[in-house]
Amino acid sequence: MLKTTPFHERTAPLCVSHAWRHWAGHVVASSYGLAHEREYHAIRSSAALLDVSPLYKYLVRGKDAARLLDRVMTREVARAAVGQVLYSPWCDAAGKVLDDGTIARLDEDIFRITSADPNLRWLQDNATGLEATIADVSESVAALALQGPASRAVLQQMGSMDLKYFRLTATTLRDIPVTISRTGYTGDLGYEIWVQRENAVPLWDALIEVGTPYGITPAGMLALDVARIEAGLMLIDVDYVSARKALIESQTSSPFELDLGWAVSLGKEHFVGKAALAAEARRGPQWQLAGLEIEWQPLERLYTDVGLAPRLPSAAWRASVPVYAGGDQVGYATSGGWSPLLKKYLALAHIQSGWAAPGTRIEMEVTVEHRRKRAAARVVKKPFFEPGRKRA
Amino acid sequence: MPTPYDAIVIGGGHNGLVAAAYLARAGKRVLVLERRERVGGAAVSEQVFPGFTFSVFSYVVSLLRPEIIRDLDLPRHGLQILPLESTLTPLPNGDYLAQWSDHDQNRCSIARHSARDAEAYDEFGRLMHQMARAVKPILGMAPPDPASLHPRDLLGLARLGSHFRSLGTEQFHALCKLITMSAADFLDQWFETEALKATKAASGIIGTLLGPRSPGTAFVLLHHYMGEIDGVYRAWGFAKGGNGSVSEAIAGAARSFGAQIRTEAPVARVLIENGRAAGVVLERGEEIRTKLVVSGADPRRTFMQLVGAEHLPEDIVQAIRRFKFRGSSGKVNLALGELPNFSCWPGSGPQLRGAISISPSIEYLERAYDDAKYGEFSRRPYLDILIPSLLDPAMAPPGRHVMSIFVQYAPYHLNGGWTEARREAFGDTVIDALAEYAPNLKSAILHRQVITPADIEHSIGLSEGNIFQGELTLQQMFFLRPAAAWARYQTPIRGLYQCGAGTHPGGGVMGASGRNAALAILRDGA
Repeated sequence: MLKTTPFHERTAPLCVSHAWRHWAGHVVASSYGLAHEREYHAIRSSAALLDVSPLYKYLVRGKDAARLLDRVMTREVARAAVGQVLYSPWCDAAGKVLDDGTIARLDEDIFRITSADPNLRWLQDNATGLEATIADVSESVAALALQGPASRAVLQQMGSMDLKYFRLTATTLRDIPVTISRTGYTGDLGYEIWVQRENAVPLWDALIEVGTPYGITPAGMLALDVARIEAGLMLIDVDYVSARKALIESQTSSPFELDLGWAVSLGKEHFVGKAALAAEARRGPQWQLAGLEIEWQPLERLYTDVGLAPRLPSAAWRASVPVYAGGDQVGYATSGGWSPLLKKYLALAHIQSGWAAPGTRIEMEVTVEHRRKRAAARVVKKPFFEPGRKRA
Repeated sequence: MPTPYDAIVIGGGHNGLVAAAYLARAGKRVLVLERRERVGGAAVSEQVFPGFTFSVFSYVVSLLRPEIIRDLDLPRHGLQILPLESTLTPLPNGDYLAQWSDHDQNRCSIARHSARDAEAYDEFGRLMHQMARAVKPILGMAPPDPASLHPRDLLGLARLGSHFRSLGTEQFHALCKLITMSAADFLDQWFETEALKATKAASGIIGTLLGPRSPGTAFVLLHHYMGEIDGVYRAWGFAKGGNGSVSEAIAGAARSFGAQIRTEAPVARVLIENGRAAGVVLERGEEIRTKLVVSGADPRRTFMQLVGAEHLPEDIVQAIRRFKFRGSSGKVNLALGELPNFSCWPGSGPQLRGAISISPSIEYLERAYDDAKYGEFSRRPYLDILIPSLLDPAMAPPGRHVMSIFVQYAPYHLNGGWTEARREAFGDTVIDALAEYAPNLKSAILHRQVITPADIEHSIGLSEGNIFQGELTLQQMFFLRPAAAWARYQTPIRGLYQCGAGTHPGGGVMGASGRNAALAILRDGA
């Protein structure tokens, strides 16, 4: 049966839309209200509270914990300081991405991994011969994302010290033991709060109580989806296929192809996929996950031609949409939507490297009144939206 | 002498009907002769007890080739396949293992036993999908003989070679393992939960007199993974109305193309003149002449009984004599006054709407096999159970139910032979084994029908009661099924063809043998 998250007794009465979605075997709110716009704007203008408990979480401990993670992850985990969080993809031997997530160094020999798919078996198999144990704490640890410009003030009001970007601290909020990391999936100022399952509801209540004067708003997955596209953040199963699930080779992607070359430390002595990635680094990737901005005037014209005003996707879409350059298909967009903040139509697309440089003019297929058209678009640098407060 | 028929098909089992439909579709005047009062062979639905309809023998659909469904437009002729969405394995400790078609639900369910297995499940599924894809093209071809220099065989081998090269090394190696390993060893590479391994391994022993630890059973496992419904591999379904409606739909298609079907028309022998098929002789003495005879009967019946050894070269007579049938399974069909109540998961919820498998561990299955190896039916047998009335309520009177129990092992060569008393003892053993998990079962039974391999042989003519018309073991697969040099549906008798599951690619209500045979006949211009 589908599971509910530890916050369900609070989120269920709030979900007046009855719009739930499945996430890793759990139900979470798509949007609490009938429309997701207010929840989205909370992320960008005040503070949004998101239940992200379905994330898979693993606690890796032991003398060789750092060695294990250095072996699995493409980034250099051993060099992370205690209290630091890294984002990293991880690959199979062919250098194709299996999953991506965060690695938090809780202590010298203790790490917490988050991932989108289950990875217990992969971590255990790679730990053969190492002194490292992996515990699946997905069920016992609940997680809330507090995201938005007012998120810092809410936590400060609760007595929490501020954290630097991608740092983490163990502390208490209203006497509830938590770890707080300055991380998130919105590209905004924000935090993720990790708490034992039994303390989940009191934590929710405390945050709502303290946050209400700051406009704290429970937000669902639809709001998050718009925000993560603005932040240029990819999503497994939507923007890329895990090498573990791909049925044919062309469905897989390397970190370089996903614009994650910065997260590949080829200087490390060894990690899974290194040889293949080193070769690819020399050769250059064939594909790029790029940002697209669909140009307004040509799009408006396509609609004007049939006597309509432009119809914009206010909720983000997830589909494979062809992208063209000249007459040829040079890629495919995998998610997109209208940014209410930037007032732009954005998309994430896999584009053959020759057409992936920022500024390149291409076309994306749009369906206007049942007919396929091509809308002019430009490759732009990701993230589409990056406020100074994100890192400040 | 003019004859009203271009072809006679002996046996109205599903393969005979498929062959007849394809031949009729190509414009041939076809007559199907069925011994029993209804078509279907092992795929029949019968009202065994008033108001209670049973898929008496075969009971699920999955392997039926999608191209047959399309070519014959079977849905138009009444075929409707209802999905089976779960497999419940009750465990002796009072717990259960449940597998679901919904991915998330399945993952949570498996993770209760092993988080590693829940993850391995996806990767195993992906591999088996690739393996099924790898062998799929083979299912639809007349198997080329690698020892032959005939251009037709060389061409087929060249095609196969290039197909296997296209698989890539990783998949090719996996396929080699799958062909040579035991189901238990193969599954050990992936899983640690005994009940999960055993429930999956059970697909590797069905219809063979081998245990899960016998080499070659991984291949039988793959055979059962080739099922495909609506483009999804490894999907199993239940035909509304029972498996007889599969046969009825194919018969309907055959008739729509002009084929004639006569029931209660048992064929005594194939009429052979100058080494050529000239027609058939019915048991009642009636002679029907034609130039093309297609036998849906199994290889032993076709060659040894309908043709006769005297008309055949010695090598094929010996090959057919050695062809292994060794029926290993039986069935118990129950009419129930109420649903079984499983202690591990009481009530009448979704857990009863799929398959229920009594396969708690590999050791359980292997011990069940040990009994059969020495000529006894399993004291604690493997059971594969369905409650069809939950899927199609018309199978039983309102509020009542039918239960189909596939049982292995029940060896054809039972010590002392099958008698009425042994049959009932076998039925009691099955009921006892199941009642351990569902205590109300015995009081819920209104009627029971027990079917042994001897009954299967006697009632529908499958030699030694083998449900696949011969074991699906490697030495009698592909270009060796049923015999080397005679695996392309033809026989040493010109004008006589074979179209039963005793030919490539084998049984499981696939229909592929029937279709391949018809296409071979049409290609030969026979």
